[in-house]
Amino acid sequence: MSEPEKSSPKVVLVGNPNVGKSVVFNALTGAYTTVSNYPGTSVEVSRGHCSIADQRYEILDTPGMYSMMPITEEEAVARRILLNEDPHAVIHVVDARNIDRMLPMTLQLIEAGLPVILVVNILDEAKRLGMQLELELLQQHLGIPVIGAIMRRKIGLDQIRQAIVDYAMVPYTPFIYAVDLENDIDKLIRLLQGDYRLSRRAISILLMQKDDDIIQLVAECETAENYTQILEVVREISFRRRADLNLQISLERRKVCKQMLTGVVTQTIEDSEPFAEKLSRWMMNPVTGTPILLFVVYFGLFKFVGGFGAGTMVDFFEGHLFENYISPPIVGFAEQHITANWLFELLVGEYGVWTLGIRYAVALVLPIVGTFFLIFSVLEDTGYFPRLALLVDRLFKRIGLSGRAVIPMVLGFGCDTMATLVTRTLETKRERVIATMLLALAIPCSAQLGVILGLLSVEPRALMVWTVFLLLIFLLIGFLAGRVLPGASPVFYMEIPPLRCPQLRNVAVKTLTRMQSYFVEILPLFLFASVVLWAGKMTGTLENVINIFAPVVKLIGLPVEVTTAFVFGFFRRDFGAAGLYDLQTSGLLNLTQLTVAAVTLTLFVPCVAQFLVMIKERGIKTALFIFVFVTVMAFSSGWFLNKVLIVTGLLA
Amino acid sequence: MDRLSELAEEILESLWVMTVEGDNVGCLLTSLKVTPDSAELQELVQLAYVEVRGDRVYLRKEGRMEAQMTVRRHRLAERLTMDILGMAGDEGNDQACAFEHLLRQGVDTKLCTLLNHPTTCPHGNPIPPGECCISAQQKGEPGIVALTELKSGESGEIAYLAASDDKKMQKLMSMGVLPGSQLVLVQKFPSYIFKVGHSQFAVDDTLAREIHIRRPL
Repeated sequence: MSEPEKSSPKVVLVGNPNVGKSVVFNALTGAYTTVSNYPGTSVEVSRGHCSIADQRYEILDTPGMYSMMPITEEEAVARRILLNEDPHAVIHVVDARNIDRMLPMTLQLIEAGLPVILVVNILDEAKRLGMQLELELLQQHLGIPVIGAIMRRKIGLDQIRQAIVDYAMVPYTPFIYAVDLENDIDKLIRLLQGDYRLSRRAISILLMQKDDDIIQLVAECETAENYTQILEVVREISFRRRADLNLQISLERRKVCKQMLTGVVTQTIEDSEPFAEKLSRWMMNPVTGTPILLFVVYFGLFKFVGGFGAGTMVDFFEGHLFENYISPPIVGFAEQHITANWLFELLVGEYGVWTLGIRYAVALVLPIVGTFFLIFSVLEDTGYFPRLALLVDRLFKRIGLSGRAVIPMVLGFGCDTMATLVTRTLETKRERVIATMLLALAIPCSAQLGVILGLLSVEPRALMVWTVFLLLIFLLIGFLAGRVLPGASPVFYMEIPPLRCPQLRNVAVKTLTRMQSYFVEILPLFLFASVVLWAGKMTGTLENVINIFAPVVKLIGLPVEVTTAFVFGFFRRDFGAAGLYDLQTSGLLNLTQLTVAAVTLTLFVPCVAQFLVMIKERGIKTALFIFVFVTVMAFSSGWFLNKVLIVTGLLA
Repeated sequence: MDRLSELAEEILESLWVMTVEGDNVGCLLTSLKVTPDSAELQELVQLAYVEVRGDRVYLRKEGRMEAQMTVRRHRLAERLTMDILGMAGDEGNDQACAFEHLLRQGVDTKLCTLLNHPTTCPHGNPIPPGECCISAQQKGEPGIVALTELKSGESGEIAYLAASDDKKMQKLMSMGVLPGSQLVLVQKFPSYIFKVGHSQFAVDDTLAREIHIRRPL
């Protein structure tokens, strides 16, 4: 981090998932982090800046956390910020509708001696539910600034900015719990001598709860002798209270919160069930939810991404704009001015930077990925995904995953690389490995999907074979992985946020941000890949690699030319599919061969970017294992499918 | 009255299962694996609990109560070994068989109260109600059941969370799913969906089994 940033005071945003932290962050900094209606999508800490009254502040947006005692990786990330940074102010954002269950964390933050500002967000929806909140009174009770807000409409933003400027730390009076609990807390407070960023009271309580990070911290801050003594006391307390310590603490906090909220919240009877509630029920009921899912898949994925994105848009960009207007002058210019053959090849040759890099990236892939991200953002914004998660939980349990894994899986249909990153939000290592493997094997990314749908949709039977076969492989391998990999099966629990009407601006910005990051990430790779392929072609290495693969390709009943598509496929999954497209248009493949090639290519090793992310997230050993497994699986499945198709004459 | 021998209790139990719960008329000596002159059978005949006619044993009216209570003790013992002590399969069964003979002189009542008057054994067979169950029912005690036992649309107060996985429980607690909160079960399949306050949560059956609800009176 650079020097001037260090000197600007920090403001940390914390709160439950899905309460509008990121909206506050965006409003304060003007930057954009992805705002979603899906609990737990931001794993990273976003940093931005804002200036208020000539003072520059650094704003940190943390992943959602439910309490000071972290359970998941995201929560641990969020709390580490509170442990390590020295904030000027900590803004706790809560959902007004659920203030009674979010306030305990406010208590914990105050108790930790942090400079807390409470922002009660989503007041409008609370009002619609018949809730009236006296925030002035709550401010008196808590002794910290309390601001009511509707951040989506920027209401309350000025007050937040003012509160940041005006913030002055006041010593707080601790909230008092039951006597026996207080005695134990006191016992520990007396023993603590080190210098802590959090209050000793908070440290003591977290010690009693056996928080690993805090035990570590205490070990560093105390003398060895004192530390052993502390551990002794902690052990004694936590054994004595083994039955219900966590529960008692939660209940005590709840009691304090009730006092704090006396006179603050008044609830009038809410009227009839709104339409959103009904729709939400339909989505969660398997009888009505399955048709809704099919509807979404058919119109969203098949019609919009496959038809409009990969069809109309690509035809326009590729077939019309590039073919007729953009490419001819460029190629013509090159033909006239470039005499060196190698340079001509590098730029506009078959595998040239222009032909294979820019043209593919801009005209072929971007429209498809863009339309996918648009649909994904709309669905994400409405809150459909948590509902889908609970719908598929039972099925996913069979393949060793929980409903939670539905997000990386769906995202995988957009970009497997991004999806592999998101598997981080899954709770057990076992789940992460299974999800990574299934993404690498059986989930085609949108670019690949677009081209393959385009290729196979001319013959519905081929499309059917492709879909059914992939689905079977997905379930079979998932089922086997769930059986083979050690570890307990995951437990599913999830908060279901209310359905919201997607906001046009939100969806637009989200889609554009995703497209931008995708584009920034892939264009260099496209260029890199085209240079590698060009070098391979010029030196003859490519031919050698193709020759090595050729017998395998022949074995599964495909013409040798398809090998090129497979080798390309590793550089971008969609390269491979696009390569098939070229082969099909030149009439080299019959229907059976086309289907076998499409299936094998979909199953085949992920693109180079996904492989790199796999190494980063799962470690080299697991990544290599998956790589080898997927390759073997792809070709043997291709071989098998080819035999089946020939014997049955299904696509003859 | 002397206690019945363990083997005699086993006979009563089999008779109850086969003739009262099942539709057999009497029970073949061979299927009870006894001979007409074996001591445990004679013990029951003398008490007039059973009678032997030909190759079959019949449960007499006088023996019904004793048989019913024996079955009850066996199934309570199963609840104890399988639910509370966490023993599964054959081990659970064997231990339950050993335990059931200890559940006398009011121990069964205490166990039954501790288990909150269960109505079925882990295999789903009915547990005949004892006096404690009947009086609890008459007093109208609300009874605490797992979330899985609630019907869709039913509501109650969260009584306690059974903590088999500490982290998961803490997560639920920090999300506000706490004893004392009112809960409404919205849906049971494919996942359990419930409402606490203005928030909805989905959990699978593993977790749902650990959330215990006090039904309203």
